[in-house]
Amino acid sequence: MTGLLYSDVESELRSELRAMLRDHCDPAARIERDDAVDVDLWRRLARDMGLAGLLVPEHLGGAGAGPREAAVVCEELGRAVAPVPFLGCAVVAGTALLSCGEPDLVAGLAAGERPVALAVPFATPPAHAWSPTVTVAGDRLTGSVRAVADATIADVLLVPAGRGLFAVDNSGVRREQCTSLDETRRLCDLSFEGAPGRLLAEGADAEAAVRSAVLAGAALLASEQVGVAEWCLDTTVEHVRGRYQFGRPIGSFQAVKHRLADVWVAVTQARAVARYAASALATQSEVDLAAALAQAHCSPVAVEAAEACVQLHGGIGMTWEHRAHLYLKRARSAAVAYGPADVHRARLAELVDLPPAL
Amino acid sequence: MSPTPMTPADVRTSVAAFLASHPPEDRTGFLRARFDAGLAWLHYPVGLGGLGASRALQPVADEAFAGTPDNEPRRIAVGLGMAAPTLLKHGTAEQRQRYLRPLWTGEEVWCQLFSEPGAGSDLAGLACAARKDRDDWVITGQKVWTSQAHYARWGILLARTDPDVPKHQGLTFFICDMRAPGVTVRPLRQLTGEAEFNEVFLDEVRLEDTLRLGEVGEGWSVARTTLMNERVSIGGDALPREGGAIGALARMWREQPELRRAGLHDAVLRAWVRAEAVRLTGLRLRQQLAAGEPGPEGSAVKLAFAGLLQEITSLELELGSTLRHDDWRVDRGPQPEFPSRTPTHRYLRARGSSIEGGTSEILRTIIGERVLGLPAEPRSDLAVAWRELPR
Repeated sequence: MTGLLYSDVESELRSELRAMLRDHCDPAARIERDDAVDVDLWRRLARDMGLAGLLVPEHLGGAGAGPREAAVVCEELGRAVAPVPFLGCAVVAGTALLSCGEPDLVAGLAAGERPVALAVPFATPPAHAWSPTVTVAGDRLTGSVRAVADATIADVLLVPAGRGLFAVDNSGVRREQCTSLDETRRLCDLSFEGAPGRLLAEGADAEAAVRSAVLAGAALLASEQVGVAEWCLDTTVEHVRGRYQFGRPIGSFQAVKHRLADVWVAVTQARAVARYAASALATQSEVDLAAALAQAHCSPVAVEAAEACVQLHGGIGMTWEHRAHLYLKRARSAAVAYGPADVHRARLAELVDLPPAL
Repeated sequence: MSPTPMTPADVRTSVAAFLASHPPEDRTGFLRARFDAGLAWLHYPVGLGGLGASRALQPVADEAFAGTPDNEPRRIAVGLGMAAPTLLKHGTAEQRQRYLRPLWTGEEVWCQLFSEPGAGSDLAGLACAARKDRDDWVITGQKVWTSQAHYARWGILLARTDPDVPKHQGLTFFICDMRAPGVTVRPLRQLTGEAEFNEVFLDEVRLEDTLRLGEVGEGWSVARTTLMNERVSIGGDALPREGGAIGALARMWREQPELRRAGLHDAVLRAWVRAEAVRLTGLRLRQQLAAGEPGPEGSAVKLAFAGLLQEITSLELELGSTLRHDDWRVDRGPQPEFPSRTPTHRYLRARGSSIEGGTSEILRTIIGERVLGLPAEPRSDLAVAWRELPR
């Protein structure tokens, strides 16, 4: 049976991480700055807690955990809108490296010493993951990739180019940070001008590596969206219990109460769907379907929760000062990441045989 | 109760021994003997059809009895699901002895006389009056949405014994003799054309005091037992993917390509995603229960299921561009299976899923207050005598 609950180990990991984030994570402090990633926090998480190598087997220097644990980490990082590259580095690039069998790069990533990013646009859906925009001549790469996530502090870029996947270090790479809708996960545009690359995989192997990486990203992004939605729900419930208008807490009004009840129902379902995706990834069964379902379902739920959060906070919810906007921007941006919901529904149509009209 | 807890193997041994000595020839005789052997509902006490065993062992017994005459659980659902637990918890020894056995064997069918035209969501505001007359009670009022009343022998009845105290305090719970003079049962025809339910008119119906369940004025707390069990029984079975209403819609889309329209494709996919999300939520709820960590997700499933069923059945009509209906005649037989009717029937019947067993509006309020801990709405009906309330 597919386990949709949390194990004791996962719950312990959650409490430890939540405590760490409570003490050391301040996402509002990082926005509108050049150093968008909180490198101190990332060092604590990646090295001290071993999260960079969470998915890496122990004999390769990692923690030997699996997607279910990584999903719990994503939930907590979503709850905190933490400006750290866990999803892009530990999940997506990590999955690509593991399928290429690159022990040195894997070890560097797992140790939290050499962050790695996969150079594909953040909005790439899993089914279209292989569409290189960089060309290769000899071992030199030329071209650009736009709107890449979690690449600002990467020491190594994994670049699909021509018919291969290449590792590129920083020489010959121009990196331009984008003003991003979600400033807690800053994007950047990458340009390669004859950058030297080392071939990691070719042909079908390269495609499979990139595809499985983006698929893992899509599947676990759902858990991050659950975390975002949960923070929005909890914070809004707290607010409407204490905010008085017309001589009573606004949470006692049915219009407010019923909207929050709907958000709770949506989050409850999103959690089941996200756990299903994490389990599917762990057992490598129905991964395509589970990831498409998770993105089709959880993306709109996070947005619904964040929009309700802004609305039910009233005026304060519209301010730069209140954190609600960070969650709204994270939710809206995550809803596009790895493909928007309608693209995932179209993918499901193929997977479960519900073809479009002729 | 045995000193060591029963195991599934013990249950199978007991059932095998029972079957060896009770060939299932005469249905009623067989069911009575099964009850007397404590193999009816295993978690009930010894002497009342059970063995004081764990509720989890019941499926083992049911499986071992498969193929033998059963008590037609759908026909006596109100008795099994609501009257029996209430009798067990609040009945006197005599009442439990008298009523539980024929209830379980199906010899006496039960119905529930709770809702009234003037008391739906606000059940505690009901008006049906019970007046003391020497040793008897005289009941006058009207009940509605009463399943199985047209063949019921008994009804569980909630009536007002004191209109001069606040509404929750003036209620008393009775067992209503459905054959008593003054009881009139009429079919209540729904917008689907059929009559699954009845309305029941009670005109000076005389009930002996031995038909009272619980103390005078304690009716609301007795009724809570009944209602709690109603919520437990609304959970549904664990279904495979596309096992519910979405299956019919998906098959229609697959098998009738001429019906497909570009404008409906995404709507069908959205419904499919939503159905799968509700299914996985139900699955997760089951896993929580099995792990001994029940959560409040049950109310989420009921609420989501109602909306989902309505969305899917609407889409079926749009997709089929349906104008025809199969049958408007009143059918008082056993209800036909939902999927065997036309989409028009499914659409119409699904309108009730957000009303029956707690409206979606009331469920949202319950979730808001009991799950999220939001403050209750100020109320003006709690500290006032029922008689004074506007209605």
